[in-house]
Amino acid sequence: MPYGPHTLADRERMLEAIGITSVDELFDDIPANLRASRLDLPAGMPELELAAHLQALAGRNRTDLASFLGAGAYRHFQPPVVDQLLLRGEWYTAYTPYQPEVSQGTLQSIYEYQSLLAELVAMDVVSASHYDGAAATAEAALMTCRATGRQRILVSRAVHSHYRQTLATYLSGGDLELDQVPVVAAGPLAGTTDLAALEALLADPARPVAGVIAGQPNFYGLLEPMAEIGHLAHAAGGLFVAVVEPVSLAVLEPPGAYGADIAAGEGQSLGIPTQYGGPYLGILATGDALVRQIPGRLVGMTTDLDGQRAFVMTMRAREQDIRRERAASNICTNQALLALAASIYLATLGPHGLRDVAALGAARAAELEAALVEAGAERLHPGPYLNEFLIRVPDARAIHARLLERGVLAGLLMADIEPGDPGLADSLLVCATEVTTGAEVARFAAVLKAELGTVR
Amino acid sequence: MSVTGPRLQSTIFEKSRPGRGGGKIPHAPKGALDRLPAAARRSQPAALPELNELEMVRHYVNLSQLNFAIDTGFYPLGSCTMKFNPKVNEWAARLPGFAGLHPLAPDSTAQGTLQILWELEEILAEISGMAAVSLQPAAGAQGELTGILMIRAYHRSRGDLERVEVLVPDSSHGTNPATATMAGFKTITVPSAPDGGVDIDAFRAALGPRTAAVMITNPSTLGLFESRIGELLEAVHVAGALAYMDGANLNAILGRFKPGEAGFDVMHINTHKTFSTPHGGGGPGAGPVGVGPRLVPFLPAPRVLKVDDGTFRLERPGERPTSIGRLRSFVGNTGVLVRAYAYLRAHGAEGLAEVSQDAVLAANYLKGRLAGTYDIPYERHCKHEFVASAATIKRHTGIRTLDIAKRLIDYGFHPPTIYFPLIVEEGMLIEPTETEALETLDAFADALIRIAAEAAETPELVHEAPHTAPVRRLDEATAARQPNLRWRAMTGVETPCPD
Repeated sequence: MPYGPHTLADRERMLEAIGITSVDELFDDIPANLRASRLDLPAGMPELELAAHLQALAGRNRTDLASFLGAGAYRHFQPPVVDQLLLRGEWYTAYTPYQPEVSQGTLQSIYEYQSLLAELVAMDVVSASHYDGAAATAEAALMTCRATGRQRILVSRAVHSHYRQTLATYLSGGDLELDQVPVVAAGPLAGTTDLAALEALLADPARPVAGVIAGQPNFYGLLEPMAEIGHLAHAAGGLFVAVVEPVSLAVLEPPGAYGADIAAGEGQSLGIPTQYGGPYLGILATGDALVRQIPGRLVGMTTDLDGQRAFVMTMRAREQDIRRERAASNICTNQALLALAASIYLATLGPHGLRDVAALGAARAAELEAALVEAGAERLHPGPYLNEFLIRVPDARAIHARLLERGVLAGLLMADIEPGDPGLADSLLVCATEVTTGAEVARFAAVLKAELGTVR
Repeated sequence: MSVTGPRLQSTIFEKSRPGRGGGKIPHAPKGALDRLPAAARRSQPAALPELNELEMVRHYVNLSQLNFAIDTGFYPLGSCTMKFNPKVNEWAARLPGFAGLHPLAPDSTAQGTLQILWELEEILAEISGMAAVSLQPAAGAQGELTGILMIRAYHRSRGDLERVEVLVPDSSHGTNPATATMAGFKTITVPSAPDGGVDIDAFRAALGPRTAAVMITNPSTLGLFESRIGELLEAVHVAGALAYMDGANLNAILGRFKPGEAGFDVMHINTHKTFSTPHGGGGPGAGPVGVGPRLVPFLPAPRVLKVDDGTFRLERPGERPTSIGRLRSFVGNTGVLVRAYAYLRAHGAEGLAEVSQDAVLAANYLKGRLAGTYDIPYERHCKHEFVASAATIKRHTGIRTLDIAKRLIDYGFHPPTIYFPLIVEEGMLIEPTETEALETLDAFADALIRIAAEAAETPELVHEAPHTAPVRRLDEATAARQPNLRWRAMTGVETPCPD
């Protein structure tokens, strides 16, 4: 075994102390008819071979492309200091701070995470933490059902399809209802949540709505009328859940300011690598009114016996290890190290750095739009966006494939994620961030122009 | 701090000074946001702290040093498998080809990672004896939810709508009943037998046409193998229910017991326990789920598929309508799974078998060292962990398990899991793992034996422990009664950009 300390003599001494001659005797309690068949796995690899094997596999991934993929996971500059600090064993080889006297580092860092995110979303309480944006959104939906005693959720179709699918899975357990709110089909508001349809869905007295869920920016990159959506939800006695992207909150109105009762979102953009889907960071925040309903760990400030300021996990009576079947959720330990990464990232950039990340992404996206339109693409929706938008090109699947051959990852082919939506056919969701270069934009536009020239 | 001086840190907000920091991101062009409607723009900036890099580094380095961690000392936290986290795994997960891969990257550009995921599914299926594995669940608790939702879908697919109950033993992890509730089931708690095992007769009595599933941890949360598991599984299946195995204690049985072969229908695996992915101060983990043939159609989507030409691809949306759907966005905690894969390939079959042998050997050795000083409620051979109890010590001295745990901190050890499982009075669940040297095990036993003596000789010393930690025992009651969950002193403070 590569990492074990025991010499033959050590093992002998332990066997002798236990009073047995073979370690097999310790497994005698497994009935003979239930013992495992031979473990059929390749032989172990010495570290040198393992490292080479892993490096070769990593090399088979193409991360050298000019990429315009966003769609819920965003490439950002991670200042090296973030990962240097995360690599300290005191952080990543500790566990859940059950013993607060020897966990003040983790506890204070979580309190600071709660505070930093609370600033960004302008709300009172942030739990630390959830698996990802989709699972956090599902937990938010369950919160609204518990808080209102109602059993129906409305989600905008312009929320990420993975989130809507996750919602459907989580809600199926409690036999809760999920209805989708359509988006406006045409005109200046095209691609945003259809307020008239929302109002109609909310009006059914036989099926009162617990919560309404909409994203800002939405999955198509567009800005939603969040205050109006919240107003409609509240007028119908429901709660309003805003799905947010935290970098954008440096420049966009926060959910606490437009009347959201709960904010959920994906924290990956705060200094966490895209790493093929995780581990990411689920953000879940709410106001004091719903604090007893929020699942996930909470850290509070208190004092020790000597009156020193200190931090401790608190309001534990919501949690599964104490409440068992009456717990708010089964969630326990989840993404603490990612919450730390987000905190270090925010502390590294500060308020002005984060604003620059968001604003520079917006500026690059505007350049991208101009270049792609000049190349012959058209935007699918006319409304304002932050740093991500949909374009339509003829035969988008073929164009996307040919651009890939030329080193350009032309965003997300919407038919791959929403195959059943004819309104999204032949469209690509493209994204720019502060790491997008002018040269990449020019290259995308040039190869697109060439391809569109051949298609036409 | 450094080596001397006060150890506690002021908050990052208190360390903030307007005008510090910067230099990381180029300034955006003026007017970059003018195209956004004014109503959508933030009116009051978020009051984030401003620090130069050195102040920020010191903050986090000094904070880190307030933590106990595997890298700093022995961490025998029962049921958590705090084994060594190999450094090559950290290196691997950070290779740019892995870390920089976008989760929606076309399959053709993600072949290295897809191969790892596919191979990892195969390896975990072999270890667990299951027909197939999903890597999607983000943690053990989400794996449980996945498993129970699949069981629900299975019964419904057969038109069997009456099965609304899930049976769990009273010694189970709290996640089991909490999961049953989330999946829409009623939890029936079954008491344990006097020997600490599952009470087969009580289970038989509770099983029936309303039972959807039985959730069992094996080895149990007491660290004991359920020797009558075969009988129980048979009874479960005769009743038309399915058997869920909580794989939290897999570290004890690698190569010795394959739950799928024995008849379990579904199990989750905690990669951060058995396969050394770091615990991260409380995550991230990953909770792969293995299933027997009956549940394969219901696995979460998307699965990783191997194509005839030897390449790999993800299932497309809607490709397998029987799936229970998604539990999260994208494919899973891939960064964690890369680490688990590295660990598994480093060990191979023989290495993994040795992991469990040494883990079980160490636990039994430690149990023997403590017997005679502490109560050992279940004297038979344990698996990778065991329960000791301070019940007798408490009767004689008034010193409780909590006090002993806190006193261990003064001796340089992390306390074991205490008061779990709930069925043992003054219990401490001790899990040494296979990566601790014999001299460490001995030093820990010596400390516990010494503390037992202190409980009789100088009880106040134990009762007031810890004495050497950065803080003393905390006022948890006030924290819960008057919650202070965020720093507010900076809120609303607006600081102009310095340049």
